[in-house]
Amino acid sequence: MSEILLRAEGITKRYGGILACDGVNIELRAGETHAVIGPNGAGKTTLLAQLGGEITPDVGRIHLGERDVTGLRAPERAALGLGRSFQITSVFREFTALQNVALAVQAHDGHSFRFWRKARTDAALVEPARAMLDRLGLAGRAAVPAALLSHGEQRQLELAMALATKPRVLLLDEPMAGMGASDSERMTRLLTTLKRESALLLVEHDMDAVFALADRITVMTYGRVIATGTPAEIRANQTVRDAYLGTDEAA
Amino acid sequence: MERVATFFVLVALAAVPVLTAIFDAPFYLDLFGRVMIYAIAALSLNLVMGYGGMVSFGHAAFLGLGGYAVGILAKEGIDSGFVQWPLAVGSCALFAFLTGLVVLRTSGAYFIMITLAFAQMLFFLFTSLAEYGGDDGLTIWTRSEFSGLIDLNDGASFYYLVFVLLLLCLGISARLVDSRFGMVLRGAKANERRMRAIGFPTFRYKLAAYTISGAMCGLAGALLANQAEFVGPSVLHWSRSGEILVMVVLGGMGGVAGPVLGAAAYLLLSYFLADLTKHWAIIMGPLLILVVLYARGGLLGLLGGRRAKADSP
Ligand SMILES: Nc1ncnc2c1ncn2[C@@H]1O[C@H](COP(=O)(O)OP(=O)(O)OP(=O)(O)O)[C@@H](O)[C@H]1O
Ligand SMILES: [Mg+2]
Repeated sequence: MSEILLRAEGITKRYGGILACDGVNIELRAGETHAVIGPNGAGKTTLLAQLGGEITPDVGRIHLGERDVTGLRAPERAALGLGRSFQITSVFREFTALQNVALAVQAHDGHSFRFWRKARTDAALVEPARAMLDRLGLAGRAAVPAALLSHGEQRQLELAMALATKPRVLLLDEPMAGMGASDSERMTRLLTTLKRESALLLVEHDMDAVFALADRITVMTYGRVIATGTPAEIRANQTVRDAYLGTDEAA
Repeated sequence: MERVATFFVLVALAAVPVLTAIFDAPFYLDLFGRVMIYAIAALSLNLVMGYGGMVSFGHAAFLGLGGYAVGILAKEGIDSGFVQWPLAVGSCALFAFLTGLVVLRTSGAYFIMITLAFAQMLFFLFTSLAEYGGDDGLTIWTRSEFSGLIDLNDGASFYYLVFVLLLLCLGISARLVDSRFGMVLRGAKANERRMRAIGFPTFRYKLAAYTISGAMCGLAGALLANQAEFVGPSVLHWSRSGEILVMVVLGGMGGVAGPVLGAAAYLLLSYFLADLTKHWAIIMGPLLILVVLYARGGLLGLLGGRRAKADSP
């Protein structure tokens, strides 16, 4: 089997009386798309936040490649090749689409204690950013402030930013959230092409997308993993059907 | 539009010594000198507040510390500006760096309160320093000496030195906010979580900005002490921090030059209003509220330029 890029062991996060994550084990291998599904409040976002380093687990360890990153914060993990998109669109609303991506490029182009040269005309930032926008079909919208982009475009922009950091591992929290059918399809096609570059950990409610993209699926409810397996195994799993998929959705 | 307005303001400021000589009104030389010194202080605050989203309610600390550095050295017989000014700026940078380590761990209302608390600490420290004037403050008997290069006792020379330093600070600010460093600062203001997720350790950049800001404000403090030939705890009073803040808001945070307009508008207005009535604050207060409510971009915004935010870098 291929190399394990990201591994969480027994991570647990408690919010007051709620066990948002309860001893979750999950791993992501090179070249793989691993989907995490589960009902609202199952702890999927909390899981991603811990993998991304935004919050620290109460218990458990997280490895990125060989390295134990449990104690590292989000920027350090990003520097090690971890990319992330958020469930609630998180872009720089006042910056243009191009500036959004250029800033992501900048994050991985050495330190930013550079006080003199204009960032806006810095070819080392602008050119890769343009190329990335082009790839996501946003080239024509480069000069538009992110706040004025449509919802679908903002989701794409967020992905462009994550990709601009050249992540080996990409954590995606509901990239299709709030998208219409055609936008979702476009996003699904895009994610398919991404698989070659990054391993994807995909949280998604859109089951068509999940079954189209995932090599493996993990199902969570109430903070726990109740099943992990191939799409076919998950479809056939009775516990999963009872807990989540329901008969018509799994058809 | 911002550029045009800034240009005219700067030309007008450059002409002040000529006019005050013609009309024999040295008082105005002082007034406009003070405008420029506060403009430097407001510029420094705008760097962290307008671009970095760090609302400091303690910038008077740097004004005071820079001033006291000059005052204390002068009292100890060290008059050289080559010693005084670097020490003033350096001690403010150090103070900003050290307090920044603490204040930058907070945000929002906590940030405001903690910056205020540090400034108050200095206020009480200098109030209790009896050797250096305590409550009464410290008279500076000789302005900084620059080995004959420039004579600060000459009103026009001093004025033009301040003018050149203001240009320098404006230039530095303008470059800074458009640089990679500046983009990190703006990004952290707009969406810090996003910044961290794409790999920016934002804390160190904010700390650097806070330190630069403190240093710049320290320079303003050294200038102010020289101009007044006096430094006292009143420079460190929280109301002074508030005034600098008001200048920034009044001028508008959308561009680099806003604070210059703000400092000019605030000081000139309060001067002329004070001439009209001693209850000038009653007019000033509502005026500020109007600006905040109806001209969110401050004076810069009124000039038809940009919105209140650093949105078109
Ligand atoms: N910061 C927090 N403080 C308190 N409770 C929280 C916090 N974040 C999450 N929770 C709780 O933890 C549980 C898991 O939330 P989480 O957002 O991880 O679920 P999710 O699987 O992503 O759900 P959804 O599909 O709706 O996005 C929920 O009960 C939620 O209310
Ligand atoms: Mg979620």
